[in-house]
Amino acid sequence: MLRLFLASLAILLSCVTASAEEGAIQPLLQEHKEVIAKSSRKTIGPAIDAIANSGLPQAQTVLETWASKSMWMRKSDGQFFVGEKADSKNYRLIDFDTGQEVGTFPKKELKQLKPNSGVRALIGTALVQFQLLDEDKAKRQAALTSIQRDPEAALLAPLRASIEQEPDAGLKAQKQRLERLLTIGYDADPAARIAAIEEMSDDLGVDVRATLNPLVATTRDVALGTVPEGVNVAATLTPGEEGFSEVEAYDLLVAKGLAPARVTPDEVRLALAENIEGGTVGGVPVAQLDKDEARIRAYAALAEAGRVPPLVNLADIQAALAAHAFFETYAEPAAEVTTAAQDALENITFKVGVNQTLDLTLDALSLASIYFLAAIGLAITFGVMGVINMAHGEFIMMGAYTGYVVQQIIPDHTVSIIVAIPLAFAVTFAAGVAMERLVIRWLYARPLETLLATFGISIALQQLAKNIFGTQARPLTAPGWLDGAWVLNDVVSISYIRIAIFILALIFLGVFLFIMKRTRLGLETRAVTQNPAMAASMGINPGRVNMLTFGLGSGIAGIAGVAIGLFAKVTSELGSDYIVQSFMTVVVGGVGNIWGTLAGATMIGFLQKGIEWLNPSNTLAAQTYMIVFIIIFIQFRPRGIIALKGRAAGD
Amino acid sequence: MNFLKSTLAGSAVFASFATAALAAEDTIKVGVLHSLSGTMAISETTLKDTMLMLIDQQNAKGGLLGKQLEAVVVDPASDWPLFAEKARELLTVHEVDVIFGNWTSVSRKSVLPVIEELNGLLFYPVQYEGEESSKNVFYTGAAPNQQAIPATDYFLEELGVEKFALLGTDYVYPRTTNNILESYLKGKGIADKDIFVNYTPFGHSDWSKIVADVVALGADGKKVGVISTINGDANIGFYKELAAAGVSADDIPVVAFSVGEEELAGLDTSNLVGHLAAWNYFQSADSDVNAEFVETWKATMGEERVTNDPMEAHYIGFNMWVNAATEAGSTEVDAVRAEMYGQEFPNLTGGTAVMLPNHHLAKPVLIGEIQEDGQFDIISQTTEVPGDAWTDYLPESAVLISDWKELGCGMYNTETKSCVQTLSNY
Amino acid sequence: MQRSFIAKNPSVLIFLACLALFTLIVTVLSEGLGVGMISTSFVKTLGKTLCLCLIAVAMDLIWGFTGILSLGHFAFFGLGGYMIGMWLMYERTRLIVVESLSQAEIPPTSSEVVDAIGNQIFGVVGSSEFPLIWAFADSLFLQLLLVVLVPGLLALVFGWLAFRSRVTGVYLSILTQAMTLALALYLFQNDSGLRGNNGLSGLQNLPGVEASQDVVSLWFLWASALALGLGYLLAAWVVSGKFGSVIRGIRDNEARVRFLGYSVETYKLMIFTLTACIAAIAGALYYPQAGIINPAEIAPIASIYLAVWVAIGGRGRLYGAVIGAAFVSLLSTWFTGGQAPDIPLGFYTIKWVDWWLVLLGLSFVAVTLFAPKGMGGLVDLWTQARAPNRHGADLGPDDGALREQEASK
Repeated sequence: MLRLFLASLAILLSCVTASAEEGAIQPLLQEHKEVIAKSSRKTIGPAIDAIANSGLPQAQTVLETWASKSMWMRKSDGQFFVGEKADSKNYRLIDFDTGQEVGTFPKKELKQLKPNSGVRALIGTALVQFQLLDEDKAKRQAALTSIQRDPEAALLAPLRASIEQEPDAGLKAQKQRLERLLTIGYDADPAARIAAIEEMSDDLGVDVRATLNPLVATTRDVALGTVPEGVNVAATLTPGEEGFSEVEAYDLLVAKGLAPARVTPDEVRLALAENIEGGTVGGVPVAQLDKDEARIRAYAALAEAGRVPPLVNLADIQAALAAHAFFETYAEPAAEVTTAAQDALENITFKVGVNQTLDLTLDALSLASIYFLAAIGLAITFGVMGVINMAHGEFIMMGAYTGYVVQQIIPDHTVSIIVAIPLAFAVTFAAGVAMERLVIRWLYARPLETLLATFGISIALQQLAKNIFGTQARPLTAPGWLDGAWVLNDVVSISYIRIAIFILALIFLGVFLFIMKRTRLGLETRAVTQNPAMAASMGINPGRVNMLTFGLGSGIAGIAGVAIGLFAKVTSELGSDYIVQSFMTVVVGGVGNIWGTLAGATMIGFLQKGIEWLNPSNTLAAQTYMIVFIIIFIQFRPRGIIALKGRAAGD
Repeated sequence: MNFLKSTLAGSAVFASFATAALAAEDTIKVGVLHSLSGTMAISETTLKDTMLMLIDQQNAKGGLLGKQLEAVVVDPASDWPLFAEKARELLTVHEVDVIFGNWTSVSRKSVLPVIEELNGLLFYPVQYEGEESSKNVFYTGAAPNQQAIPATDYFLEELGVEKFALLGTDYVYPRTTNNILESYLKGKGIADKDIFVNYTPFGHSDWSKIVADVVALGADGKKVGVISTINGDANIGFYKELAAAGVSADDIPVVAFSVGEEELAGLDTSNLVGHLAAWNYFQSADSDVNAEFVETWKATMGEERVTNDPMEAHYIGFNMWVNAATEAGSTEVDAVRAEMYGQEFPNLTGGTAVMLPNHHLAKPVLIGEIQEDGQFDIISQTTEVPGDAWTDYLPESAVLISDWKELGCGMYNTETKSCVQTLSNY
Repeated sequence: MQRSFIAKNPSVLIFLACLALFTLIVTVLSEGLGVGMISTSFVKTLGKTLCLCLIAVAMDLIWGFTGILSLGHFAFFGLGGYMIGMWLMYERTRLIVVESLSQAEIPPTSSEVVDAIGNQIFGVVGSSEFPLIWAFADSLFLQLLLVVLVPGLLALVFGWLAFRSRVTGVYLSILTQAMTLALALYLFQNDSGLRGNNGLSGLQNLPGVEASQDVVSLWFLWASALALGLGYLLAAWVVSGKFGSVIRGIRDNEARVRFLGYSVETYKLMIFTLTACIAAIAGALYYPQAGIINPAEIAPIASIYLAVWVAIGGRGRLYGAVIGAAFVSLLSTWFTGGQAPDIPLGFYTIKWVDWWLVLLGLSFVAVTLFAPKGMGGLVDLWTQARAPNRHGADLGPDDGALREQEASK
């Protein structure tokens, strides 16, 4: 960049004299017409520098216009203008220098300049010098963002100069922090750098690590004999030790041109094929060459005749390795800086580790709450009533689609969610009651048949959803205040929508406990669950209780659907994604107990995140191992984590 | 048993009689083999509609060889074995002259043996992982060098990305594409530790940890870029999490190979502005033919429908087939195939697509930035890139070429100068 | 013994006769060897249907007769398919590779041949190394053995764990479902060594066989019919003897059988493993006809469909399972194939491609509610037997137990 800068300065001098007199920037733009029109990061540097360093008052406007994709070129003469949309086919052009409207042109005669984000970043960097002291706070912020993205040595001085005059306290703090980071990277005085490193050594920011890590980045090198003087050596290496095998060591030698490359089996084969003479190669008949040992023999004969490079044998490799010293060097030449950086990083790494664990815990909690939310309805219908409802997932889906439909009618996202939640409950409650009345109550004695019947309902509902809403995923957008994430620091953060789901899960837990323990319905439900006949003789109508309980469980599934739809997607297969997991949650936790479901969800959530952490590149494997674990777990605790004891355990 | 006999008599026998009689009549049958139900229906139904629209248009123009075209639509229901069964049914019972179909690679692999056995003709319209060239298939979608490699070049050169996160759904296309990209990146001097690879299941929705992992990659001061081969619905959760984490496209750009206009229709894109996608076609392409195509599509299917890349692939493939059949004067497979080589047709983005002897197209590569309205702003467009059946970036396939015209071989080893196989090994 | 077995089970003879007649008719009408009235693709469909009937018989044994609702039998079916698929792919690729390498100037070493095969099979999924599980893929005999051994062993281990800890009823159903889901997810991974989502393909082409698919499809039809016949015979024999009485006892009242001194777990384990093996053989015959096996085939939904076939056909009678499987799967093919005529209602046209699943789903509900004996119950009507009223008291407390009136018939 610096070189580009100097080079462009030279170009600049020539044109500045030409154009600055008239105070017009158009000639300067014309000078770089081709690269500007092409807008490629590789070639654009001189043009941006020329504009930025032109000293013209319009330079800032030009760069800003360009970056915001509102600079247009008139095809007829290649002149650049600010373009404003006049109507669908025509654009108004405004001259940079005069600020006057040039006229309205059809889109066909114009070309919009679309700098890609690489070019926009370069423009942003060039704009820093104008924007650091700009009156507009947003522009000063933009300047800081640009520095953050592409820190450069040249930016350190203007940044320092701007700190004093910064009126805004928040921006001032940001500037000071950035100044520290740039000092670490680019200050000429090692002492100042070390001081800055020590100052930042308990900061968790990704940018701090991003500044420190390049300082301690190492490269492997090799020298004949001993390690040379004058390099900042991080470590000396011995071939064959852990992390540096002899193969790697020899490859390094080959790469540096210090040893001949090994002859691979493929090369042997090709060399043999090229040297076939009258049915033999090196005295070995071709037909015999289907054995490695015969090929080596033939190749050795060829090598002896000097027709192919000789094979590198083990002794050669050993000798070459012994003759050289292997070591790792830092890119940064100053040893005291690298030591300070190394210490600071160790300190930070430990803290990052602690925070990553915290972050993983939050993720696991969030996943657990999602599983809990999906399973809580099931905990009622399956756990309390013993009804296998395979259509539970489809109730979740119905809830999510209700949310979608409401959002089509009520465009305000906040209001629509507030309407959608009770409506989703109502819809799925009704569906649940209908299903209980029409199908399930005839099958209470036959759980396996309930499973089949509800499965039938499940596929019918799923297909119905496809027929009505199509197979496309439908958007269910969260209200604006749920956008973004709660950021504790650069490592620990969790999106608000997940927090909302977590809170919703807690609310449901509370509601469930309240209904079961404190209301008449809960009392009756528990009575009917334990002994329907006795409950009936006490004046409780078991049919009604079953109906309401089932409706309640289904209704909660509907609300869960809205929540899940908000954070993931709304498709007709949404429910089937969760059904097996939900059953697992209930079964693992222990049937008939809400705390069991909670424990089950927590265990599955943490387990899945734990396995994901162990195997970060394959999330699918995590799911597989989790299910296998659950299968094994059930072998040892067939009644779940919290098993009911005594009579309540039933069979 | 009684039932079996009656079905047998009722459906198959009748069907075969009936169609045998019909086949002799004066229509040319075009098979459409796209899933209309099951998980892939989301993408494939659109292509079926595209085919019906194209056939209608052609019939309005007077058909082909003086006959009307007749679409035979079957539903393989996203069930891969069923694809083979339906392909056989199309070729033997309905006796179609050409098939347009398939989306997933696995369905194509399922159909291949049948097509090759019965010498059918298949036009496959979707971007795929390459490493295949069948005598009976024309690949009108992008090979990796027409999508993945140019996009990676764009990352390297234009955005200055030094560290790559390759995120994909765990199936063949992402696996092979990422393999090719890994090998390519290493060739460009990117170290092993600067390439992070992750595979997730279909329809994955819990992205928080993966997004956090990607953000953490920036800790060593290198610019991070994400190359996403995440498929279908899973993208929705991924982009939502990305937006929630406040990752802007300027900090960590994401280029996606499977996200088009259709997928964005299910998303609020305001937080995704600036993220990228690489395709051979975007609806926003500025040309007269495209404006007309989009207009017809919206007129047929509804104002809110969008067009996408595989639709353009079918558009090119169908028109090339029509022209080749016209030139050959017959719809007989071998005659049409001979005329297909070198067939040119203007693509919708301007320029001309050419059918190469390796059964792939030469097409331009476009890179677009996501806009607020769910469309793409095209910021880079290359000249036509010839599709490469066997990638040059994996050692095993670098020595292979496909040339059906001169060599008559889809898997020719240039090192041993021999044809490895003429039939595919699926 | 044999005579009395046949005498006790007249339905076996009728079934076998029907099966033989069916096979003969299909052969005569086929394109390969007959008059060509049935297309090859339909012959394949029929052959596959026979395999589905076979696994339905296995399902009936485990559910209808033993009362264990396993939602995981398609895992065994799929594993059987994978085992035979490995040999088919390996051998076919080996022939191609040997042919191609023999054109090279230097004869290949055996390790080069294996590498090239690996490259061809796994190149598409971005790898070229042979995983360990392919160790026996070069031997047809060993792979055929594995068709039975691998699923059998899995069933044995899983069953032992599950039955030992007395997991019963719905819990067992969910557990078996978890097993098949875990297996499907595992196979979905590329690292599993079985080509991940792509699975094994091109299985319809038998290595070294020149005959056209018209003929090959008939061979498989015969093999499937033979397997179904033998499987049916075996199942009928199993349920007719003392063993059959014990497993029916387990279905009706597990505790009582245990108190009588029978080792319930052993009986359950035996029947679970036996049915797994039958399912595996059915799978090994099915997938070479389907042409491709991949993890989607063993997703939990497939096993649930299996239960539904048996329920619709009528559980607790072997021919019921066969009828159910054949009826539902063929009907499904017919409806989704787009051959069923649309029904225009004026304001809306019912397209069966869209509405078939809704109809199927609702028909499960109808069958479980109104015709618990399934289509097999129609046979009772024909044999003048009246359908029992199912609203009597349970004979045993366990799920799936017969009811009073039912048992008195």
